[in-house]
Amino acid sequence: MTCDHSAIVQHAWVIPALPLLSFALVGLVLRPLNARLAGAVAAAAVALSAALGWWLAFDYLQFAPPAEPLPTLIPWQVEWLRFQDGLRIDAGTLLDPASVLLVVVVTTVSALVHVYSLAYMKGEPGYGRYFAVLNLFTFSMLGLVLAPNLVQMFVCWELVGASSFFLIGFWYDRPAAVAASKKAFVVTRFADLGLLLAILLLGQAAFDVRTQLGASAGDSQALDFAFLGRADVLAALAHQAPVLGGMTALTLGCLLLFVGGAGKSAMFPLHIWLPDAMEGPTPVSALIHAATMVVAGVYLVARAFPLLAAADGVLTVVLAVGTFTALFAAAIGCTQDDLKRVLAFSTLSQLGYMMLALGTCGGGDPAGRSAALFHLFTHAFFKALLFLGAGAVLHAAHTGDVWHLGGLRRKMPLTHALFLLATLAIAGIWPLSGFFSKDEVLAAALHGGHPLVFAVGLGVAGLTAFYMARVYLLVFWGEPRREASAHVHEAPLTMVLPMGALAVLAAVAGFVPVSRWVALPGTAEHAGIDWLVAGPATAAALAGFGAAGWLYGGDLGRSDAAVARLGRLYGALRHKFWIDELYLWVARKVMFRLVAAPIAWFDRMVVDGTMHGVGLLTRLCGAGVQAAQTGQAQAYAAWALAGGLAVVGLLWAAGRAG
Amino acid sequence: MGWASAMVVLPLATAFAVLAVPAARAAWIRWVALAGTGAHLVVSGLATAAYWQAASPDADFARTATAGKLYLVERHAWFPSLGIEYLVGVDGVSMAMVLLTSLVIFCGVLASWQVRDRAKEFFALLLLLVTGVFGVFVSFDLFLFFVFYEIAVLPMYLLIGIWGTGRKEMAAMKLTLMLMVGSALILVGFLALWWAAGGRTFDLTQLARFHYDPALQHWVFPVVFLGFGVLGALYPFHTWSPDGHASAPTAVSMLHAGVLMKLGGYGALRIGVYLLPEGARDWGLFFMALTTINILYGAFGAIRQTDLKYFTAYSSVSHCGFVLFGVASLNLLGAKGAVLQMVSHGVMTALFFALIGMVYGRTHTRMIPELGGLARTMPWLATCFYIGGMASLGLPGLSGFVAEAHVFLGGFFGNPFAPVAWTRALTVVATLSVVVTAVYVLRGLGAAFQGPVRDPEHLRLGDATLTERLSTGLLVAALVVAGVLPGLLIDLVEPPLFAVVNRLHALPGGP
Repeated sequence: MTCDHSAIVQHAWVIPALPLLSFALVGLVLRPLNARLAGAVAAAAVALSAALGWWLAFDYLQFAPPAEPLPTLIPWQVEWLRFQDGLRIDAGTLLDPASVLLVVVVTTVSALVHVYSLAYMKGEPGYGRYFAVLNLFTFSMLGLVLAPNLVQMFVCWELVGASSFFLIGFWYDRPAAVAASKKAFVVTRFADLGLLLAILLLGQAAFDVRTQLGASAGDSQALDFAFLGRADVLAALAHQAPVLGGMTALTLGCLLLFVGGAGKSAMFPLHIWLPDAMEGPTPVSALIHAATMVVAGVYLVARAFPLLAAADGVLTVVLAVGTFTALFAAAIGCTQDDLKRVLAFSTLSQLGYMMLALGTCGGGDPAGRSAALFHLFTHAFFKALLFLGAGAVLHAAHTGDVWHLGGLRRKMPLTHALFLLATLAIAGIWPLSGFFSKDEVLAAALHGGHPLVFAVGLGVAGLTAFYMARVYLLVFWGEPRREASAHVHEAPLTMVLPMGALAVLAAVAGFVPVSRWVALPGTAEHAGIDWLVAGPATAAALAGFGAAGWLYGGDLGRSDAAVARLGRLYGALRHKFWIDELYLWVARKVMFRLVAAPIAWFDRMVVDGTMHGVGLLTRLCGAGVQAAQTGQAQAYAAWALAGGLAVVGLLWAAGRAG
Repeated sequence: MGWASAMVVLPLATAFAVLAVPAARAAWIRWVALAGTGAHLVVSGLATAAYWQAASPDADFARTATAGKLYLVERHAWFPSLGIEYLVGVDGVSMAMVLLTSLVIFCGVLASWQVRDRAKEFFALLLLLVTGVFGVFVSFDLFLFFVFYEIAVLPMYLLIGIWGTGRKEMAAMKLTLMLMVGSALILVGFLALWWAAGGRTFDLTQLARFHYDPALQHWVFPVVFLGFGVLGALYPFHTWSPDGHASAPTAVSMLHAGVLMKLGGYGALRIGVYLLPEGARDWGLFFMALTTINILYGAFGAIRQTDLKYFTAYSSVSHCGFVLFGVASLNLLGAKGAVLQMVSHGVMTALFFALIGMVYGRTHTRMIPELGGLARTMPWLATCFYIGGMASLGLPGLSGFVAEAHVFLGGFFGNPFAPVAWTRALTVVATLSVVVTAVYVLRGLGAAFQGPVRDPEHLRLGDATLTERLSTGLLVAALVVAGVLPGLLIDLVEPPLFAVVNRLHALPGGP
């Protein structure tokens, strides 16, 4: 069946292979030789990948006439790891609408970020290292989206986490960056434990099912998505005996799977690493912590959707967590002073939007899944643009504190225009992309029977417009409030051009019929704009703009008065509800003081002490033969030799006797 | 002389060659040692090819076999009346361990390039030690095995006592005494096995055909497992390890943690579980619980350490726990995971100790709080340390992940003779170590290599020399190859493990 595929569909593995090759080349050879060449090669490799990614998408879309669903193909796979029969792990490329969509997003944003970084990172001592790791990240992220089984996904999942760690800590001599990188890694690692346990649990359960099915299981392996999505397998999994607390392995496994996804996508209460991750270079924030890696959790839920939909109540958890995170993060975003931190909380909130869309599918209509993927698609472009815009500001003014900036629109007209476009897009203003995808998310909530979630979603839409307009006005309007922001200059062309490309995508992405392509069978078809949803959403956004304009557009004294009136609530929001402090307390006091320190003490004093006690006892007994302990190595060697000879002699004698 | 004997003769001959070099020619000593171990690495590679040619036709049979098959066998009568033979040969598992040992000793010699004090004796003893290790891995006669085992353990006393640092005499004494207690248990176990089988043979393949009385197995198994466990850092008999490693010179730590500690897991699997399946059945769950403590206890212990060597030693306690946990799981996944973890941890920990030696050689301290920001002046060493650290916390793409994934799956699928809920609960507890490991690895490495440079003196220090780059580069490459192409190692070690597991499955009450 594979012979009639076009070359790129057949060889889609080349798309991740290029950045991997470039990683090895740049990391091992070019980095020490010539940093500029290293950067150029890294960027060229990913740009080529992006070209192939677009070619793949166009060829793949040829497969179906409009009425038919697009096929799911695995044109290439090889055995990678054989646990045992039935539990073989292949490395391969799974092509379906969702993965092809993500390939386009990842390669495009990554290529633009690479080009942008050529200028942004100029003169950094770790220039070559930066591009090598960025290549590694791109490879890993592509491997993740193309994974045909849970283990390949996990492997790449960990690799994107490690690349993220090394990039957040890129400036390794800054203690804040080092701390942020460790925090990001450990918090996501903790969530990954959930994913690991999910793999163990589901792998074992699916392996049992596979054994029951016998011959009809065919060559499919227990952890393949193709196998886990089969109707007979899902039915068998759902009827297994409960493993813990009345939950089947399926339900528990899906919950743990979601824990993994929630960690990567920084859902409450595992969100604490993402704002700190802004310590990394800004292009990294754009690529990894806005457009691609952080959506991996959303993608995981979308990929394993048949499993989650078959498990009792898991989607409700997804819905609750997503909705809460969307609101919680948007509210905090209104109070932060650092431009990148505001964008980070905005990312959290938008990821919450995607999760809540996935969670609305509990009623059986998978429209929310399509909406989530659509929002993922548009968000990648406008949020990457916002970050690259913020990067241009940082590059020029060397500060991200919005109270130190101001009046940049005159000095940086291009950046200003692009940032404004992205602000309108994320706020959901017609005809920019955010309008369409947000509309679908909210429609899924409303039509999925979750009016409360819909109401919260509208509120979040208003807050989104508010915090974006707030930073936009403070950064670009008014007068420069500090010396630094008075002498800024427009970003170089290598930075503006990638931003321009993203702006085009952020403007038109809403017209791409993504949700029709990625729709699962059984999705209700709804054409056109749902004004019942879009009307209130647009009104909410305009209200947010209005409020921000009134508070921050003219006399800033109004905002001070508003802050004073909010009182305690404002303090709590500004301190992010002290959740970071809580984690730190648990880590320091509980893990280090109450567990690790006592264990270290116990080991030295009790376990080792006992051994020494036994040793002392022996030594007292051995005082009689102390004379032999001359302390000379030669003497010991002589004794050892004598003893050896004695054993040989005895054995020889025994041999003679026997 | 066959391949298997060459594995033992070559390092011994190198040791004598080192002794024959005139003491005035100090540089020659290193080069002779390097040539000998380099040749060994090549010969091990060739032996693997020879083994593979002989064994690959049987790979499919192995799946159903209940008795292991040896290749490249050499057999000579030694003390026929007692059934003691010179019996050497290899199977996939021992071949993998031989390859590991060749790599570690080669890199260890490279890492000892700076040893000037009594260099002749140092290299001779090091080579004698490794002769014992190779001997253990190729012997299939229990008596011969034990002789080599002792040869591997004893030179350690002198190596640490003379060339060590810190409280070296105490550490050397403690290590030797504790390992001797382990040896004594092993000897008792071996003699019991020999006696119960009629006192006619020590041949492992012959003994495997004998069915031991379950009552006998019930007490011999724990004796043997504990005896090997002492060397494999089984809790609570691991305390020799931190002190011993901290005091030992670089190459000795590399060899000791990298290879010698693997003799524990190797013996527990190869002799304990293989010869005494019913004993293993009775005690499997108990040892799974004990090794779960190992895994977490070592990881938590590592968090508080400030000396890089203690840090690595506690990390080894945790990682060696995975080996024994896999062995005690009594299924194919666990056994495979145990062997993979032996190789993975062997390479990883040899890399760590090599790097610590290199850092110490420059800064003259191993205390993490006195280091800081070293990545700036020593990017090569820092990069290697981070790659090793990532392997240690089980990052996919490096060797640790494949091993740990097997061990976890093995635990989750469960020991066939224990309630599955128990083994799963233990496995879930053991998986917590992936988070704790991340915490201590990132904390320790972050404090030593990242952040601002704490001691201005350190700004003047240089990065790795060529020999150091070769030594660490080889080990890093091994971590990557084992992680990216796990099939190479799995194909090698899987066939003999079927024999172990099939014997267990044939027991009444098995699956």
